[in-house]
Amino acid sequence: MNGGIWVVVEARDGKPKKITYEMLSLARRIAGAQDEEVAAVLCGHNLAETAAGLGKYGADRVYLADDERLASYTTLAYTRVLADLVRHRVPRVVLAGYTVTGRDLMPRLAARLGTGLFTDCTGVELDGSELVFTRPVYAGKAYLRGVTTASPALATIRPNVFPARPPADDRQAIVEEVPVELGPQDLRQVIREVLCQVSARPELTEADIIVSGGRGVKAPENFKLLEELADALGGAVGASRAAVDSGWVEHRFQVGQTGKTVSPVLYIACGISGAIQHLAGMGSSKCIVAINKDPEANIFKMADYGIVGDLFEVIPELTTVCRELKSQG
Amino acid sequence: MKIAVLIKQTFDTEARIALAPGGGIEAEGVNLIVNPYDEFALEEALRIKEKIGSGEVVVVSAGGPRVQDVLRTALATGADRGIHIEDPGLAGADEYSMATVLAAALKQESFDLVLAGWRAVDDGSAQVAIRVAEILGVPHVNVVTALAVEEGRAAATMEIEDGCQVVEVPLPAVFTAQKGLNEPRYPSMRGIMQAKKKPLAHLTLNDLTPADMLPKTKPTGYFLPAGRQAGRVIDGEAAAAVRELVRLLREEAKAI
Repeated sequence: MNGGIWVVVEARDGKPKKITYEMLSLARRIAGAQDEEVAAVLCGHNLAETAAGLGKYGADRVYLADDERLASYTTLAYTRVLADLVRHRVPRVVLAGYTVTGRDLMPRLAARLGTGLFTDCTGVELDGSELVFTRPVYAGKAYLRGVTTASPALATIRPNVFPARPPADDRQAIVEEVPVELGPQDLRQVIREVLCQVSARPELTEADIIVSGGRGVKAPENFKLLEELADALGGAVGASRAAVDSGWVEHRFQVGQTGKTVSPVLYIACGISGAIQHLAGMGSSKCIVAINKDPEANIFKMADYGIVGDLFEVIPELTTVCRELKSQG
Repeated sequence: MKIAVLIKQTFDTEARIALAPGGGIEAEGVNLIVNPYDEFALEEALRIKEKIGSGEVVVVSAGGPRVQDVLRTALATGADRGIHIEDPGLAGADEYSMATVLAAALKQESFDLVLAGWRAVDDGSAQVAIRVAEILGVPHVNVVTALAVEEGRAAATMEIEDGCQVVEVPLPAVFTAQKGLNEPRYPSMRGIMQAKKKPLAHLTLNDLTPADMLPKTKPTGYFLPAGRQAGRVIDGEAAAAVRELVRLLREEAKAI
């Protein structure tokens, strides 16, 4: 069957990432008006159970590419599988998360298919039968709306922007195993080593709550205070460029125009002055709290709630109160 | 070792963004810089050449006359020569078109390595270098924070969600630079003087005859996000202020 809205599933240890559910809900919404098929595409190894579970989140069909050589993501192998499938089944739209994988895979896939791709979309709307994509430019200082003039339309979707609908337990998807043909050309990238720092905290771009620190945190060891607050709230820890450039925190925790763009439910900015560079990366947070001892700090101009005070007093206090709440359930 | 570095001229990251009367982004009066991520790419290219002790670093950029500034800066920093692609036909180019044109220029020579920033700070679309790799038919490694080049191969450390992974690929290949790859040098006074004598080739689309380069996406408009209003500053000593903050977060914002 031709047409349809596809969602490229990203799973970790067999569990789909939150963005997958967000995209399936989005796909259902844009398919709804025309009753198009929503298909999930799942590449990996030993993922039959994962595939079977996608129906209740909105997939009508699951294309399952199961192969040992797909167990870990590599660009060329995944591009090959997806490009073959797209050419064979001709979807109208292919969505993937704007994640490490999505931002690596989708440009390559778009180039192979000779089509257009919108990166890091924060809006996808139907205008008649045409899909209009909205994406940030200049790190969110402005937004662009656009359409594709080739098919399929490809888009990567920003995590944490589109709501995921709760699962419907009575829905089931047709799981269809697809052939995997890979040649030496597709296996030119070899993963030699994976160095992961296992963290119980959520990934920055997926976190609902982020506690972020800037120059005002003063020293690397003081980030411990922010980590304690983040853990009390079940959130992630971020940092401003000033903190990263001082060598206190690794760059992968940087929020801002030269770091990550985040849109959590709650962003707690601690000792962050609010340079335009930083605001560009967190301005779409739903609720912003600023804690800073400088009442003139720029961050207060955009914060929903502010406390003018010493973060070394305020944060431990906040951690204590949040822990109390947590223990009360 | 012949290394190409793709360079983009972008707005300064401190620039305030406004809409132009025609509906696009106002470029008038904006300070233009080398895309910061491309600086990491250039620095890495220079270091690889220095380490090997021979080779050539070629900087490539497409765009209007002002693009020469970033190419001259790159030459002053240490690149050996530049290629400037300028053509009225580039107006309205999207990532597909730009990658097609850049790849056509790269195809005229044979590079062992192509380096670029993993994204540009202006459109942030993070596509062009990867598309170039696909058009050239070579592998790429994205968001690289360390790069070890050996004879015919390279091992690139790529940033992933919880850390990093080392990906090995045969050369030629494309690598996109992430912050952390290195600490870029500044042009020296001597470099600036030398840059004036370094070759800077000007190419038009006629010289490149790229295949279909019609854009595959079309912008329909730009808008500025609704500005956020300053909210409430909670007064009082720390303990009381924190209690009030938590109450507001729960009852008013429903954020925790």
